[in-house]
Amino acid sequence: MAIITSKDLDLFYGEKQALNQINIEFYEKEITALIGPSGCGKSTFLRTLNRMNDLIPGVTINGEVQFNGQDIYGSSMDVVMLRKQMGMVFQQPNPFPFSIYDNVTYGLRLQQQTYTKEELDQIVEESLKAAAVWDDVKDKLNKSALSLSGGQQQRVCIARVLAVKPDVILLDEPTSALDPVSSGKIEEMLYDLKEDYTMIMVTHNMPQASRISDRTAFFLNGDLIEYAPTKEIFLNPKKIETENYITGKFG
Amino acid sequence: MTPKKADRLATGILYGIAGIIVVILASLLLYILAQGLPHVSFKFLTTPSKSFQAGGGIGIQLFNSFYLLFITMLVSIPISLGAGIYLSEYAPNNWVTGLIRTAIEILSSLPSVVVGLFGFLLFVVKAQLGFSIISGALALTFFNLPLLTRNVEESLKAVHFTQREAGLALGLSRWETVTHVIIPEALPGILTGVILGAGRIFGEAAALIYTAGQSAPALDFTNWNPLSISSPLNIFRQAETLAVHIWKINSEGNMPDGPTVSAGASAVLILAVLLFNFLARFLGKRIHKKMTSA
Repeated sequence: MAIITSKDLDLFYGEKQALNQINIEFYEKEITALIGPSGCGKSTFLRTLNRMNDLIPGVTINGEVQFNGQDIYGSSMDVVMLRKQMGMVFQQPNPFPFSIYDNVTYGLRLQQQTYTKEELDQIVEESLKAAAVWDDVKDKLNKSALSLSGGQQQRVCIARVLAVKPDVILLDEPTSALDPVSSGKIEEMLYDLKEDYTMIMVTHNMPQASRISDRTAFFLNGDLIEYAPTKEIFLNPKKIETENYITGKFG
Repeated sequence: MTPKKADRLATGILYGIAGIIVVILASLLLYILAQGLPHVSFKFLTTPSKSFQAGGGIGIQLFNSFYLLFITMLVSIPISLGAGIYLSEYAPNNWVTGLIRTAIEILSSLPSVVVGLFGFLLFVVKAQLGFSIISGALALTFFNLPLLTRNVEESLKAVHFTQREAGLALGLSRWETVTHVIIPEALPGILTGVILGAGRIFGEAAALIYTAGQSAPALDFTNWNPLSISSPLNIFRQAETLAVHIWKINSEGNMPDGPTVSAGASAVLILAVLLFNFLARFLGKRIHKKMTSA
């Protein structure tokens, strides 16, 4: 079932058009990979989904993005609510300079609902376990998150997102700043998270896209060129641009 | 000249310049302390000053300096915090914001004498507050606000953009992101700026001569009713501060031991300002450490 639908989406940075009539549907409990050369608009597109582009001055968006049937750019949309339901993991690990424990509970502590210490403890443990970093940090939850390695920091950031229990997780090149071992661990973890979450991931790593994603969308110069199940894209692309990109003929 | 030699030469010159600065500063400090410290005693720090006899202290002036500093901070910290947060987090990039920034810059370059005279006209005369702590505190706020606001703004801006993204993407509102993520991270910087500003205020004389007044009436330290004229807490009383006292002794002092009192008071003033600076560093580091590893 489609959980997010984008219809005729255009995005402009000032005068410059960065996205051109994007029509795409994302399905529940799947991993969708967005691929394409740098500057093709895939990260920009990802950021339209939780309205992070609102922070950049001079951005204009036309068209529609529906999330669970609701237009997220409609006037009745609560952006804060939307971002709680759509967690985001960034390219550079960006933990808060607080303890690991506080990092994971940060999104929760500011919600209406209050949690007891035991509930928080349990959420922290579950989230860190789900993010496959519990064994690394269980003895130093009160240490600064900044004392961890890049890969551990990124997994703590993922745990921080999981703790808020979003429906969708947006991942903007989550492993590109990490070494192969760390990125392998994160890849595995994302694959396991698929049971509970819908994930949309921007990546430059073709093998990664082919290993863990169910569907792949190929962007080029602000256009969505091809969108199909990952196997088809990688084994039997319909468009010549897709084939050229995947086989490394350009980009 | 080979690049290596040129590099050595440049390094040497830079070391020389830095050395000159350190030497000037150190000799100034040592001179003032050597001149003044022998006259500083517990009695000197706690007894009131005398106008025509020898043996006066600086007790009331010292208290006035701290109290005035406290009142000034009470007024200027909330305002500069608000202004700094607005400029760093909310202000759109347009001509109004530009105007505010320019105004702050101009305000920060006003000579303190001008600020003092302006305060005299506005607070002492027009608002009929008279020579008082509140007049002095308001004048010092004018003097302090631009730097403090700039400091808050810079400290907040130094927090990386990805932290704002992280907060917002987690479903915090903008205000929650500012108050729970950005400000805690910027706190050591803000605090350092506040304490350094405090040091500047503590040593300020020109802005206070015509606002807080040049005499230190006797205070009754057992009277804590803030409305009583002899209460140290009263903000409507005249209050000569330490820096003003030093200026006064040297321009029109009538006491026979003027030079020694002035030297002692200067040493105390310098020590207090030094203390503020060390405190700023110490607390800044301490809080940063505490914040980042909870």
